[in-house]
Amino acid sequence: MALQAAAGQASAQQTGTQRTITLRIARSNPAHDSSTTGFDDFDVPYEKWTTVLDAILEVKKSLDHSVAVRYSCRQATCGSCGMMINGRPRLACFTKIDELNSSVITVEPLQNFPVIRDLAVGFDSLFENHREVRPYLDRENTELEGVPDGELKEYPQSPEELEQYIQFANCIKCGLCNAACPTMATDSSFLGPQALAQAYRYVGDSRDKGKDSRLKVIDDSHGIWRCHFAGSCSQVCPKGVDPAMGIQLLRGYMLGFGGGSGNNNQK
Amino acid sequence: MASVDQEEGDAGREAGTDSQDRYDGAGSSSSSGSAKTAADGNRAGVGGMINPGRYGIERVAYWLMRLSGLGLLAYFIGHIYETSSILQGKMGWDEFLAITQTTEGHILLAIVIGMCVFHTVNGIRVMLGHGGVGVGRAARPDYPYIPASQNYRHKLGIYTAIVLAAIAMMYGLAVMFGV
Repeated sequence: MALQAAAGQASAQQTGTQRTITLRIARSNPAHDSSTTGFDDFDVPYEKWTTVLDAILEVKKSLDHSVAVRYSCRQATCGSCGMMINGRPRLACFTKIDELNSSVITVEPLQNFPVIRDLAVGFDSLFENHREVRPYLDRENTELEGVPDGELKEYPQSPEELEQYIQFANCIKCGLCNAACPTMATDSSFLGPQALAQAYRYVGDSRDKGKDSRLKVIDDSHGIWRCHFAGSCSQVCPKGVDPAMGIQLLRGYMLGFGGGSGNNNQK
Repeated sequence: MASVDQEEGDAGREAGTDSQDRYDGAGSSSSSGSAKTAADGNRAGVGGMINPGRYGIERVAYWLMRLSGLGLLAYFIGHIYETSSILQGKMGWDEFLAITQTTEGHILLAIVIGMCVFHTVNGIRVMLGHGGVGVGRAARPDYPYIPASQNYRHKLGIYTAIVLAAIAMMYGLAVMFGV
């Protein structure tokens, strides 16, 4: 396969049956030199099924193995390969080159996250905020008293109760919503749409009894009240979580509108 | 409290970065011409916040809401300054009022009318949304995952705010210019 790195060539060429695009990859290595940043351009062949991640891996394999990118499952399940693709947060494994309708594809690290190197960003803040909203079911230890060792205790739930939160349980923590959020763009203390939507996921769960402590965390000037309902988070979510809906329903609940939370345990 | 149903681990993606301090301290505007520097924390900044181009009409409404809010705040301060000219007597008041009777003054007031109407109508839409009104119901999503919160009701509200603002501006201009 004849691949040539050709800077500055913006062309989708038809060479026989093989088409090529110019892949512009943002390069930086802040651990070594924070002042040296820029783009490297690569001409990459593609087919109609080629994803942006495939193209990046082709570059790593054949042109420049030093390109840093994080990926794992290649099927939009692990949430590792989020990046800015032509200026919009997307999963590289879930974005086909064909659907972008562009002869030049620019890939950059996700905005609003610190860059580790090239396309890899640090998710420490995402996971810290996620943990802060207590992303687990809170139950009293006393409920487990009397349950023999080795046996499980069941918390039954109706299909209707499941519907209240199952959408928000689809979150893969890819960080695309936080990258698209205009509030995250300027407020480093904001919890972010990912964490707030996860707060609703557990507040809406009929098995959970930790609503009060969870709401205390998000009831903050940099918490749920900083969301301005721009809705960009929902537009980029690759799993249909719709964080904007979760946040508004949760805020409606906190304001006393009911908010759609099906969890009546601690009202 | 006991923790049950713990979320799956994400340790794989938590592999360390030493740039957290830089990230927390910085903010800068987006630049399409060059790669974002890592040292600035890669935060999109004000440029990223106001970018209305990639996220649909909802992001445009967000941007216009911010802009009109700041514009109305500036007008409010100017208005207080203007009305304080009455302390200089009738002559001072008339002199200042004459500024608003110019072509530029009329255009400025028409823009204020537009900002006021848009901010009011869109503000009502946003407040309803913040209360969970019209954002859809939680349900199991199906591919291609069209977000229910970005539904036609809210889009209609945004377009209504824009159209009403435009009509109010045109009416204001017609009255001020005596058309």
